[in-house]
Amino acid sequence: MRLIRNVGAWLDARLQLAAPIRETLQHRVPSRTASWAYVFGSAALTVFGLQLVTGILLALVYTPSAGEAWSSLQILNHQVTLGWFIRALHGWGSNFMLAIVLLHLAEVFLFGAYKFPRELTWVVGILLLLLTLGMAFTGQVLRFDQDAYWGLGIGASISSRIPVLGPWIVKLLLGGPIIAGATLSRFFALHVFVIPGSLILFVGLHLLLVLKLGINDWPMPGRVVRRATYLKEYHELTERDGVPFVPGAVAKDLVFSGAILLALVLCALLFGPFGPGGQPDPAIIQTAPRPDFFFLWLYAVLSLLPPSLETPVLLIGPAIALAVLVGLPFFSGEGEKSWQRRPIAVLAILLVAVSLGTFTHMAIRAPWSPAMDAWSGDPIPPRYLRNHTALERQGAAFFQAKQCRNCHAVGGSGGERGPALDTVAVHLTHDQLVRQVIQGGGNMPAYGKNLSPAETTALVAFLETLYPAGQAPARDASRDAIGANQ
Amino acid sequence: MTRRGMLLKLGILLNGAAGLVLAVPIVRYLLSPVLRERKPGYESWLSLGPIAQYPAGQTRLATFQSPNSHPGDGLTADIPCWVRNIDGRKFQVFAINCAHLGCPVRWFPQSGLFLCPCHGGAYYSDGSRASGPPERGLFEYSYKLDRGKLLIDAGEMPTAGAPSANLTNISGGNSPCV
Repeated sequence: MRLIRNVGAWLDARLQLAAPIRETLQHRVPSRTASWAYVFGSAALTVFGLQLVTGILLALVYTPSAGEAWSSLQILNHQVTLGWFIRALHGWGSNFMLAIVLLHLAEVFLFGAYKFPRELTWVVGILLLLLTLGMAFTGQVLRFDQDAYWGLGIGASISSRIPVLGPWIVKLLLGGPIIAGATLSRFFALHVFVIPGSLILFVGLHLLLVLKLGINDWPMPGRVVRRATYLKEYHELTERDGVPFVPGAVAKDLVFSGAILLALVLCALLFGPFGPGGQPDPAIIQTAPRPDFFFLWLYAVLSLLPPSLETPVLLIGPAIALAVLVGLPFFSGEGEKSWQRRPIAVLAILLVAVSLGTFTHMAIRAPWSPAMDAWSGDPIPPRYLRNHTALERQGAAFFQAKQCRNCHAVGGSGGERGPALDTVAVHLTHDQLVRQVIQGGGNMPAYGKNLSPAETTALVAFLETLYPAGQAPARDASRDAIGANQ
Repeated sequence: MTRRGMLLKLGILLNGAAGLVLAVPIVRYLLSPVLRERKPGYESWLSLGPIAQYPAGQTRLATFQSPNSHPGDGLTADIPCWVRNIDGRKFQVFAINCAHLGCPVRWFPQSGLFLCPCHGGAYYSDGSRASGPPERGLFEYSYKLDRGKLLIDAGEMPTAGAPSANLTNISGGNSPCV
C-alpha cells in the first residue's frame, strides 16, 4: 500500500495532475442536475469509448480492400474466436450511440441548455451529431456488401445534383469515376482516422465547455435567462445549492451508463452482428438495397417527394436545417428555459420525432418499391378463380405473367406501389379498365405496347370479376342509356 | 527592431513558406480523382462480346471491365449493363443505374419494363421513363459494331447530375415506346 502511495507521489511530483483532476471531479454543480434527465451525454461518451475499443479490435482483422473486405468480414463472423461478438458490439454500439446522441439533443433543446452562455457548447454538439452520422454512414460502407455498394451509388447520385460542382464532388467522394477499391480506401480513412480524430477533438472541447461554463441548471418556469445577470445567478445557485460532481451527481451517470452497456451487450448477444449482406458484385442485380436503420427516414423521403421537388429539397433542406440548428442559440439565447413555458419547442420536438418515426416506419415496409418477385411467388387466391370463365382465368394468368402483381396486391399479397385490386371492378368500368391498362397514367406505365388485344381483353375480363360479394361492379350509365334507346 | 523580433518574423515567414510549399502538392494529391479526368483511356471502347450473344428482339444483361479499374478492385471492376438488340442491326445499351438515384434496374421481358427496386422507378423497353421518381429515361451508352463484336464507350458511373458526355439522353417523356 505504501509502495503504491510512494509511486503515486513520485509521479505527481512530476506530472502535477492530481490537484487539477481533484478540482475537476469535485467542481460544484446545482444539486437538481443530479437527475435522470442529465445522463445522456455521459452515456454517449461511454458508448463512444466502447466503439473506439471494438473498432480497433475489428481493424486487427478487417482488410480495407474492395476485393477482400467482404471475405474478411466472413472470417470475423465465422473463424476468429468471438469475432462475431465484437462485430455485433460495434454495430449495435453505433445504433445505441446515435439513439443516445439524439436523446441528448432533444433533452438539451427542451431544457433550454443551449441558451446563454452555452451557445458554443451547442454548436460543437451539432458538429458532434454530424460527425456521429458520418461515422454511421462510413461504417455502413466499410461493411462493403451489396447495400454498401448501391448506397454509395445513391450518395454519388445525390451529390451529382449539386449545381456546377456536382461531377467533381462525385469523383472526390468515390476516389475515381466508379465505385471501386479507391472508394473503400477513402471511406476507411474517413471512418478510422479523420472522423474519429475529429470526434475525440470536439468531444474534448465539448467537455471543456461544460466544465468551464457549468452544467445547465434545472430549468424552473419563471427563471428567465438574461445575459446581464445569468452568470452571477448561476454562481450564486451553485454556491447556495450546489453539490460536488463526484460523488454528488456522478452516481446516476454511472448507473445509466452501466445499464446502457449491459443492454448493448445483450443486444449483441441476442441479435448478433449486422451482415454483411450479399457480395459487393454489381453484376448481381437481384438485390433491393436498403440503408441502415438511422437513414431509413431519408430513404422514405427520397421515395415520397415529388420528382420536381427532390433536388431542391435535397440540396437546400440540409442547409436550412443546419442553419436553424446552429443559429438557434443566437436568435433564442435568452428567456425561459423550462419546456413548460415553451410550447413551440415541445411541439417542434414532437413534430420532428413523429415525422422521423413515421418515415422510418414506412421505409421498413417500403410500399413504394415494387415487390420484384410477387409475380412468380404469390399465387392468385383460389377464391378469385372459382366459377370463372376460361377467358377470365386466362386473364388471371396474364395478371401474374405480366408482373401486374409486382405493384398491385390481390388477396393481401403483392406489391403496394399501386392500389390493391381486390375491389377494382367497383371503381372502374370496363372501358376505364381498358384505358388504364393500355395508356397507364397516375404513376402506372402504359402496357399498350406489351399486351396484344387478346391479352388485354382477357386481363380486363379478369379484373372485372374483382368486386366483393354484395356490391355491384361499376357500370357505365351512358351505355345503359344507349342500350335503353335501342 | 530587435534581433529577436527579426528572428521571430523570419521564423514565421519560413514556416509560412514551408506550409505553402507543402499545401500545393497536398491539395493536388487530394484532387487527384478530379485532375486525372480526361486523360487517355478514361473513356474507352469496351467489348461486350460477340453480337451473337444478344438475340434480336431481346434485352440481356452484359458486363464489362471498367477502363479505370485497378488490381484491388475485386468484383467491383465488372460493371453490368443492359443490351437491347432491337432488330438484329440496331442496338441500345443502357447503364444499370436508375436515373433517379443509381440503384440497379431489372429487366422484365414479360411486361417489357425495367423496374428499380429502390424507389420504384419504371422504364419502357427503349429506356424511356414510364413512371416513378426518375425525371428522365435510362442512361444510354454510345455503341458501335466492330468485326462481329459489340463495343460501348464507357468510363465513369453515370449519375443524374452528371450523365457522362458519351451518354445519350433518351427523350420520349411519358409516351410508351413506339
